[in-house]
Formats: sequence, C-alpha cells, structure tokens
Amino acid sequence: VSFIAAAAAEPAFSVPVLLLDISLLALLVVIAFAIVRMRELFGIVMLQGVYSLVSAAWFVSLDAVDVAFTEAAVGAGVSTVLMLSAMLLADRKSTPVPMRRQFGALAVVILAGGAMLYAVGDMPGFGDVNSPANSYVGMDFMAKTAEEIKIPNVVTAVLASYRGVLLLLGLNGNAGRWEARPNGQMLHESTAPSAADAEDARDEEQKEEGPS
Amino acid sequence: MSDPEQNSENKYGTDPHVLLRIVSKFLIPLIALFAFYVQFHGDYGPGGGFQAGVILAASVILYALIFGLAEAKKAFPPRLIRYGMTLGILLYGGTGVLNFILGGEFLNYSTLAHDAAHGQHYGILAVELGVLVTVTTVMIAIFYAFGSRQPETSDEDW
Repeated sequence: VSFIAAAAAEPAFSVPVLLLDISLLALLVVIAFAIVRMRELFGIVMLQGVYSLVSAAWFVSLDAVDVAFTEAAVGAGVSTVLMLSAMLLADRKSTPVPMRRQFGALAVVILAGGAMLYAVGDMPGFGDVNSPANSYVGMDFMAKTAEEIKIPNVVTAVLASYRGVLLLLGLNGNAGRWEARPNGQMLHESTAPSAADAEDARDEEQKEEGPS
Repeated sequence: MSDPEQNSENKYGTDPHVLLRIVSKFLIPLIALFAFYVQFHGDYGPGGGFQAGVILAASVILYALIFGLAEAKKAFPPRLIRYGMTLGILLYGGTGVLNFILGGEFLNYSTLAHDAAHGQHYGILAVELGVLVTVTTVMIAIFYAFGSRQPETSDEDW
C-alpha cells in the first residue's frame, strides 16, 4: 500500500518536534513535582488541570488528536471540577504524616517506577512501522476503513464499527478489564482480520484509548 | 432558568461574581453548541460521542458552578439523568438488536441501508448518539452527587 511506503520514507520525527516533545515532557515533570510539594488543595487541583492540558498538547504533538481531545475534555475539564467538589468536602487541616510511615509508600512508588522503566526496553521504537500497533489488525483497519466504512476518521470507525461491542461494554463500565492488557499481546495472524470480538481489543492503543 | 432574568437587578447589584456570571451566560450556549459540533463531526475529525458528552456535561456543570446547584437542577432535572443513562445504552444496544432483526450480526451496521457503507454511517450516528446521552447524564450525575453534599460554596472555601 502506497501510504505505508510514504510513512516509512519519512523520518519518524523532526528536530523541532523532538524539542517540543522534550520540553512538554519536562514541563510535565516540573508540574508533577510542584503538585507533590504543594500543600494548598486548590492549587493542587488547578495544577492537575494544567498537567492534563500539557499532556493534551503532547498528545497532539504525537498525532493522537482523539486522545488529546479526551484528555483536554475529561482531564482538564470535568475531573478538575470533580476534584474541586471533592476538595470542598475534605478537611481543611490535617496532621503531618511521620517520616517512618512514608517509607512503605516510597518503596511502592520506586518498585512501580522501576517496573515501568524495565518495561520500556521491550517497547517498540516511536513510529516503528513493524510495531504491533502499526502492523496486523491495526493496519488492517487503516486499509479497510476507507472502502468499508468510508469515513475519514479511522478512530471513530474502529470504535463504533469494528469494536462496537467493546464500546458498548465500555459504556457499561466494564471496559477497564481490557485496558490492562499489554499492547499486541493477542495479535496473531489468525485473530488479525478485522474480527469484531472483544478478545483482541486494545490494539490501536495509542489512538483509541479514550472512550471506554 | 426563568428566575435570574427577573431579579437580575438586585441579584447582580452586589454580586462579586457579576463578570463571571455574565461571561459564562454568554459562553454556556457556545459550549453546548461545540459539543454538538464534536458529536456530528466525529466521523470526519477528532471527537465523537464521548468527548461531546463530556463537553455537553461541562456546560451544565459550568452553569451549576456559576449559578448554583439549585438553578442547575431546575435547568437539568435529576430525573432526566435516570432516563438518559438507560436511554443511551438502549439506543446503542437497540441498534445492535435492529441489526439482528434485519439479518446481520450484532452491531454490524451494514444491514441498516442498501449500501453497506451508508449503513455503517447510520449505525455510527445512532451509536454515537447513545454514547452522547449516556456520557452526558453520567457526568452530570457524578457532579450532582458530589455537589449535593454541600449545596452552597461560600467564598471563603476557595
């Protein structure tokens, strides 16, 4: 298919985009530390909204506009308001937690962070044409949407047409089960052709994360 | 919805949030309109029922934040939430059942029209509408559930 060859010929990212990505991610780290160090609930809630907006900008830079849209609407919009309402219900004052009781939490954070860093080594490179997300059933959707569904937004086609049952389950609030599945785990040749079952669902991870 | 018009004089006269109220009164219809744009252009650009539902709920939530929960509950009665949550799911599932009846598979919209692609378009439209209704009402339900525990926010709370 021609557009795959065109995509392969282009470099995965250009230097300005790379700089933009790095500065956005650096900003996220700064905001995260600010949230941790801040003691004022209102400021924390506002910074969480800022965090969501910056990640939405980062998603746009990754060409995941649907995810960015969801992040901006849910993360920066509704959840900020919900956090504000929750903040009003919370106590205004609290006693500081002694240092020795924080080591357990620190250990959990370090373990979880270490596990994630360990997993990074197994992830495909950014824009890798041979990555599970860019091959098998994902490519199948990209190629077939134009002729079968005839709408420009592949994400909508995947969500509503090819993965309609999953979206229905998502509306019922059960979709969380599938989100934990590692990307590309269920992708074999036999299950690849646009099967509409919910089994091998989360393959277009980068794009369709939103609506479930 | 009807009250603020009548006693707007004395209500806004000593109100420290008069700017907020007037600006958001102008913005809320635009936010709702944008939600419908996102809804019906989900096929062509980013967006869809979920994002549109969140934005539509955000317009109601903004109204509640600015004008108070009681006013918001007049504009969007909580009983609508119960109907909306079920109606959306029914619309979604009903589309799938309709596909059954027309001789296709569950949620295979190709049976909805003579042309398979047109059927897909109709199906996506119906399904996304179901998502919109459910997501909007659920978001508002969550907000009402939080907000109702402490109906009025005093200025010192911020």
